Amino acid sequence: MTATDPHRATRAVEAVWRIESARLIAGLARMVQDVGLAEELAQDALVIALEQWPRSGVPDNPGAWLMSTAKHRAIDLLRRRSRYERKLVELGRDLAIQEATEPDLDTALDDHVGDDLLRLIFTTCHPVLPVEARVALTLRLLGGLTTNEIARAFLVPEPTVAQRILRAKRTLAKHYVPFEMPAPADLADRLSSVLGVVYLVFNEGFAATAGDDWMRPALCEEALRLGRILAGLMREEPEVQGLVALMEIQASRIRARTGPDGEPVLLLDQDRRRWDRLLIRRGLAALAHAEALDGGPYTLQAAIAACHARAVSAADTDWDRIAALYLVLAHVSPSPVVELNRAVAVGMAAGPAKGLEVVDAVRSERALANYPQLPAVRGDLLAKLGRLDEARQEFERAAAVTRNERERSIFLGRAAACAAGSPAA
Amino acid sequence: MRYLILLKAAQGTTPPPPELMEAIVQLGEEATKAGALLDTAGLAPSAAGARVQLAKGELTVTDGPFAEAKEMISYALYQVRSKEEAVEWASRFLKVHRDHWAGWEGDADVLRVFGPEDFGPPA
Repeated sequence: MTATDPHRATRAVEAVWRIESARLIAGLARMVQDVGLAEELAQDALVIALEQWPRSGVPDNPGAWLMSTAKHRAIDLLRRRSRYERKLVELGRDLAIQEATEPDLDTALDDHVGDDLLRLIFTTCHPVLPVEARVALTLRLLGGLTTNEIARAFLVPEPTVAQRILRAKRTLAKHYVPFEMPAPADLADRLSSVLGVVYLVFNEGFAATAGDDWMRPALCEEALRLGRILAGLMREEPEVQGLVALMEIQASRIRARTGPDGEPVLLLDQDRRRWDRLLIRRGLAALAHAEALDGGPYTLQAAIAACHARAVSAADTDWDRIAALYLVLAHVSPSPVVELNRAVAVGMAAGPAKGLEVVDAVRSERALANYPQLPAVRGDLLAKLGRLDEARQEFERAAAVTRNERERSIFLGRAAACAAGSPAA
Repeated sequence: MRYLILLKAAQGTTPPPPELMEAIVQLGEEATKAGALLDTAGLAPSAAGARVQLAKGELTVTDGPFAEAKEMISYALYQVRSKEEAVEWASRFLKVHRDHWAGWEGDADVLRVFGPEDFGPPA
């Protein structure tokens, strides 16, 4: 142990918390069968660490220190809560037995760590919770984010997030959601809920719709971290690998997708030399693994993203393959938005007339009624066909529908160009 | 934030004990499963490398070994939220050396890698 100055020690405690908190909460939740109580106990251990470590130094095995401290707190706390009396007896007995029969407690805990973390993420993403509660609880318990950080990221008042988390814990308790892995028959649905939460967090960070500037890239990183943790715990789940591949490849473009004045730079106009090669390499490796496991929609989206990642320049893009992948995606996971993306790819691969056929087939879909990309895509294809007046109308419609100012100015620019007789912006 | 951790130590006369290598593999797996470790590898002694220098407009290439007292032993690239978190992983890496290789001494430099947050306006 090394004693250091208090501020440095406090930051060191926070760093350890960041690394250990999810495993700590997960291990405690298995013991007490209540994630809310588990978090309280873990927090208690953190408070004790913040008091002691600045004086005594960070212990050699901080994770084990926090766990044994929290376990002692568990016994204290349960003792004080009369309604837990019976539980206390059981728990006390269980702990006594465990400590007697498992002298090497650290090893015993390590064996459970992976399983506990999975149980925790399946619990925080449980379908009994509303989606925004799943997101908040997951970021809090698995990401170790504070209520304030979550509130800043999602542009909601801090008390709202605190309420969401509190209500989520109550809902889990009220429905007696057990702290365990889903039954095999439920696994696919439950996993899709988990992956949905992770991807939602990623997109919240990736799409420049709302949120504190500082927290947006942080959300992408958080989602990637959760994805990487899942990928390590569920090596053989194709869609886990597929989602991680998709996020790694999309995140590789973060540096290139904003221009010097903060304006968005579209994929085909990005300076590809600024793409993060390490993330592309990791993404392609995860994709290869996912494809070998016969992955689904996330894997297909990752495969499409990979086509762009592999193209040295925009002109080298394999649009035939992208159009084919969108066709498969449309079969596996049909949606008007997928069709719209397919229209773009078909337009690039087989010419604007073919692309327009695909757009026109979904033009009347109600889901696309106020979706600015529908008129924007149609306008682009019409412009390429030289039907400039129709194209102008579509871009004007797109500008009227979008809620993003920067996007609106791009659409109005295209409309003006069409009016001036130019098919390009 | 991304951090590069560079391990430096005097060139050993004996190979590292197998227990150390096993412990390093375990720590790497733990850090990977924590979603923190992006990439890592060991580096061969500089005797197997070379140095290209530019001085007074002249390029010179010199084969290793380099004259420095310490050699680069390995690198690891971490994705973390704070410098302290990177420091904690570096500390765990050195503790593993302490626990499995008596008398070994070395430094782990923790260096922040520039990221999107360092260029232009916030994304």
